[in-house]
Amino acid sequence: MKKDFFSKYTVISIISVTLFFVIWYVLTAKMMIVPAYVMPDPLKVFGALLRKFTVKTPDGATLGSHIAASLQVALMGFGFGTGLGVPLGILMAWYKTVDRVARPIFDFLRPIPPIAWIPVMILWLGIGTEARAAVIFMSAFIPNVINSYTGIQQTSQVHIWVGRTFGASDFELLTRVAIPSALPNIFTGMRLSLGTSWVSLVSAEMLASTRGLGYMIQIGRQFSRTDLVLAGMIAIGILGGLLAVILEKVENRIVKGRQGYGK
Amino acid sequence: MEYQKYIEGRKAVITCKNVCKEFDIRDRKQAGSFRVIDDLSLSIYENEFVVLFGPGECGKTSAINILSGLDRPTAGSVFQGDTQITRPGIERGVVYQSIALFPWLTVMGNVEFGPKARGIDRTQSRKRAQELINLVGLQGFENAFPISLSGGMRQRVGIARAYANDPEVLFMDEPFGALDAQTRYMMEEEILRIYEHEKRTVVFVTNNIEEAVFLADRIILLKSCPTSVKQEYIIDLERPRSYTAPRFLEIRQKITRDMDKAL
Repeated sequence: MKKDFFSKYTVISIISVTLFFVIWYVLTAKMMIVPAYVMPDPLKVFGALLRKFTVKTPDGATLGSHIAASLQVALMGFGFGTGLGVPLGILMAWYKTVDRVARPIFDFLRPIPPIAWIPVMILWLGIGTEARAAVIFMSAFIPNVINSYTGIQQTSQVHIWVGRTFGASDFELLTRVAIPSALPNIFTGMRLSLGTSWVSLVSAEMLASTRGLGYMIQIGRQFSRTDLVLAGMIAIGILGGLLAVILEKVENRIVKGRQGYGK
Repeated sequence: MEYQKYIEGRKAVITCKNVCKEFDIRDRKQAGSFRVIDDLSLSIYENEFVVLFGPGECGKTSAINILSGLDRPTAGSVFQGDTQITRPGIERGVVYQSIALFPWLTVMGNVEFGPKARGIDRTQSRKRAQELINLVGLQGFENAFPISLSGGMRQRVGIARAYANDPEVLFMDEPFGALDAQTRYMMEEEILRIYEHEKRTVVFVTNNIEEAVFLADRIILLKSCPTSVKQEYIIDLERPRSYTAPRFLEIRQKITRDMDKAL
C-alpha cells in the first residue's frame, strides 16, 4: 500500500479534492454569489469545526461529547442488530422450522424504513438513548439477517458433500462448512448495516435527542449557524468513513483466501 | 476366463447389486421420473484401480454418488464388505471434478479437515497431513490458500484431503476433467505414483479413453443413459504405460469400438 501512495491516481485524487475546496472558496469568499449565512466559505466551516471542540454554545455541548454520544448509540444499535441479526439469518437459512416461524414476521418488518420507527420508539422509550438505539437496531438488524441468510443458502453443494464424507454431523456442517463459506456475505451484511445505522442515527438524533451530531446540526439550523451545520455534516462523514475502514480491517483479518480479500 | 483368473483370491470391497436410480421431474403439467441407472451390478476388489468409463452424461456421477453413499438408489443396494452403504462416511474418500477445496482454509487446513472433524489427536493428525502433503508434492505450500494455487496443485490437495482419513476406498469423479491437457498427463502419472505409495482401492471415473487405459487395472465400460455395465476389460499392461505402444492403442481401439455413442 505504501508504495502506491504517490502513484498518479493518488495525485489525481488529491488534485480533485483540492480543486473542490478551491472552487467552494472562490464562489463563497471571493465572488460571494450567495450570502455567508446560506453558504459559508470552507475556512469558516473548518474553523467552526475546530472551535466546536472547546465551545459549548449554542447547543450545550462540545463536539467531543456529541461525537461520543453518537458513537455510543450507533455502536449499541449496530452491536445488537448484528449480534441478533446474523444468528437469526443463519438459523433461518439452515433450519426450515426457524425459517417458517420467523419469515412471515421478518418479511412484514423488512419494508418498513428504519426512521418510520422513530415516533413509536419515542412513545415507548422516551427521547433517551434507548429510543435511538432501538431505531438503529432496526436498521442494522434487517441487512444482517438478509445477507447472512443468503450467504448460508449459497453454500456449495459439493462443500456440503465433502463435509458429509468426512462424517460431519448436521451441526458441524453448519459451523465448519456453511458459516465459514458464508463469511463474505455476513460481512457484506455488516457493512450495509453499519452504513444504514449511521444514516438513521443522524435522523433519529434530529428528532429525538438532546445530544449527538444530529442534534448539533438541528440546533445549528435553528440558530442559523450554517457553518455549524456543515461542520456537523463533515464530522458525520469522516466518522462514518472511519467506522467503515475499521470494519474493513476486521473483515480482512477474518475472511481469508477469497477473491478480493487480504494480501 | 481372464476375468475369473483376475478376481481369484481377491476380496470384494464394494458390491453393487441391481441398482436403479430415477430422478423426479416436476414439470408444470406432469410429474414423471427420469431413469439414469438401470440395473447396475458390479464388484470392486481390494486395492485394484478400477476405471468406470462411459460416454458423457451417461450417469457416471450418479453412480459414484450412490457408491460413495452421497445419494441413495431408487432400487437395489450397495455394500462395503458386509455393511450396506446408506450414507457418506470416512471409509470412502471422494475426489471431485470441481475439486471443491474449502477456500477459507489453507492447504494444511484442508488436508487436516477430515481428521479434525473425526476428533483425531492434533499432533497425530498434523503429522499425517504433513506426510500426505509431502506425498502429493506440495511441501512448502502448507500455509497457502487454494486461491493462490494452480488447478493441478489444487487437485493434489483434493487427493491428499481424500486420503487423510485413511479410507478403504477412494472415489475419483473425473478428477482431472477441469485441468489442461499437459497438467492432466502429469497428474495421471502422479496419481499412479501416489497409488503405488499408498495402496487403496481406487474407483476412478472418466470419459477419456486414453486416461482410462493408462490408469486402469480393470475398466468397466458403461452403457449410455440409463446406464449399466456394458463390458469389462482387464488391462494387463506393464506400468509405466506408453500412450503410443501398439498394445495400448489396440486396447484403446477395441474399447472405443464397443462404446455406445454419446448423444
